[in-house]
Amino acid sequence: MAKSFSIKRQPGFATIAMFCFFLLYLPIATLVVYAFNSGMSIATWEGFSLRWFQSAWNNQQVIEASWRSLRIASIAALIATACATLAAIATTRTAPYRGLTFKYSVINMPLLVPEIVTAVALLILFSRVKVWTGYSGLGYLIVAHAAFCIPFAYMPIRARLESMDLSLERAASDLYASPFQTFRYVTLPLLWPGILAGMMLAFVISLDDVVITEFVKSGGQDTLPTYMLGQLRRVVTPEMNAISTAFLVLSLAIVTLFFFLSRNPNKDNQ
Amino acid sequence: MTLSAQDATEQRQKKHVRDRWMLSAPALLLILAASVGPLLIVLVYSFLAPGNYGDVKWEFSTEGWFNVLFTRDIFDDTVSLADAHFSIFWRSVKLAFATTVFCLIFGFPTAYFIATRAPHNRSLWLFLITIPFWTNMLIRTFAIQEVIRSEGIINTLLLKIGIISAPIQMMFTDFAIMLGMTYVFLPLMVLPLYASLEKLDFRLIEAGYDLYASRFGVLWRIIIPLVKPGIIAGSILVFVPALSSYVVPRVLGGGKNLMVGNLIELQFGQGRNWPLGAALSVTLVIIVLFAMLYYVRNASKSGGSAHG
Repeated sequence: MAKSFSIKRQPGFATIAMFCFFLLYLPIATLVVYAFNSGMSIATWEGFSLRWFQSAWNNQQVIEASWRSLRIASIAALIATACATLAAIATTRTAPYRGLTFKYSVINMPLLVPEIVTAVALLILFSRVKVWTGYSGLGYLIVAHAAFCIPFAYMPIRARLESMDLSLERAASDLYASPFQTFRYVTLPLLWPGILAGMMLAFVISLDDVVITEFVKSGGQDTLPTYMLGQLRRVVTPEMNAISTAFLVLSLAIVTLFFFLSRNPNKDNQ
Repeated sequence: MTLSAQDATEQRQKKHVRDRWMLSAPALLLILAASVGPLLIVLVYSFLAPGNYGDVKWEFSTEGWFNVLFTRDIFDDTVSLADAHFSIFWRSVKLAFATTVFCLIFGFPTAYFIATRAPHNRSLWLFLITIPFWTNMLIRTFAIQEVIRSEGIINTLLLKIGIISAPIQMMFTDFAIMLGMTYVFLPLMVLPLYASLEKLDFRLIEAGYDLYASRFGVLWRIIIPLVKPGIIAGSILVFVPALSSYVVPRVLGGGKNLMVGNLIELQFGQGRNWPLGAALSVTLVIIVLFAMLYYVRNASKSGGSAHG
């Protein structure tokens, strides 16, 4: 028998896995590296420079689209998280009741319907509403984003609620706390990391959305992703790399924070 | 228990359920209004007549559904099968299937690798898988474009080494779409595979080796059957969004290599045939639904057999 026979080993698997990680990061790394290229070309390296970041920063359209993206994402994430928190409280730690499965399926529905179909469905609906009300602001985008962000915000909040210790809440009500007091002083502080995680997830999901935004937006309402999609049709300069890099750093910061917040929910209960 | 006490319990239970409906109402209403509800409108629109400048005329018509399958010649009104639609649907299914297979080929060893690391290292490897997943899909598609375009790194590299004398045309092909989708959807395959591989009972594998199974025998006859639910879950998670993909084929496939998503967009944009677009959307939803049903049936089946 071979000296290091491990039952867990499968020949070649580690190599493929390494290759996979390499392939996952290679394109992103290239994108980031060439954002710092001083030349026009995306293929040849001509020296380090921040000129493309500067040019993106001075591009009025980019700045406007970024602000719009951030605005929509924060409002949509707030709405989605508020709705998801209430829904999570209503669907966890309760004896099964009529309609519980219905609630689960409705909340998860946005994940199942192909995005392009939701997009054209909203296009049809909102183009009618626009005619009726004459309103053509950012409200449509916010409502659409909030709706498809709910299941993403719901997941970490629900996970947190399910892993939470009920005895503290029982103790609170034994000590004559009203249901509201129990929620305000016991449940909510414990739930807070889950809510924050849900909000961040919703924020990133909203920030990243291209398809639904592309169909729902009115003229002049480009978000950063739809602006980029429009630009990809033309000659692409490294300015796009710079925008992508900045966008990437923001998403990564949020996701890293999310990772630490949602890790091991029981740890800080002790 | 006295009658009034029983009444009180019942009352409390009723209030409990009512409170829970109140709490979940905002989420349910928002999703019904802006996600599920509009689907019904799409269904209605698929049975209306097209308007002159987009939108619809409010009269019942099966023209939209008819147009999914057939085209009518503008000049002599002869009817023929809508080859373009069939070939686009067929290409979408083919590409989505190929993407799923490639994600499985690369994703399975990766998930296995992560699942067999020491427990405290696993979350780091998982984190490395999730980072690209949370990177904007458009940015990842753009990154792939940088790699495979004529002036991209692959071609530049090959030209410099002298293997090729002219850049290989990779953009705007089905290959580019498939590569892009595999890249974009790979984490969706790895995560559910990891979830089921993590629970793998290695005593069964040890037993397999004790009974003189080869490495491949153990993989094929023990590991794969045990993680079948994960394989099916990952495949569905990749297949469904790949089938209805819109951004990747638009960026990497150019104007010619359409998928269903682009075909639908075309009907709402330049085509100005909303009923046809609506009918195509419903068709896509039906295909996705069947894929899901297949998954649910198989998942419950293999769940039962894993028990025995």
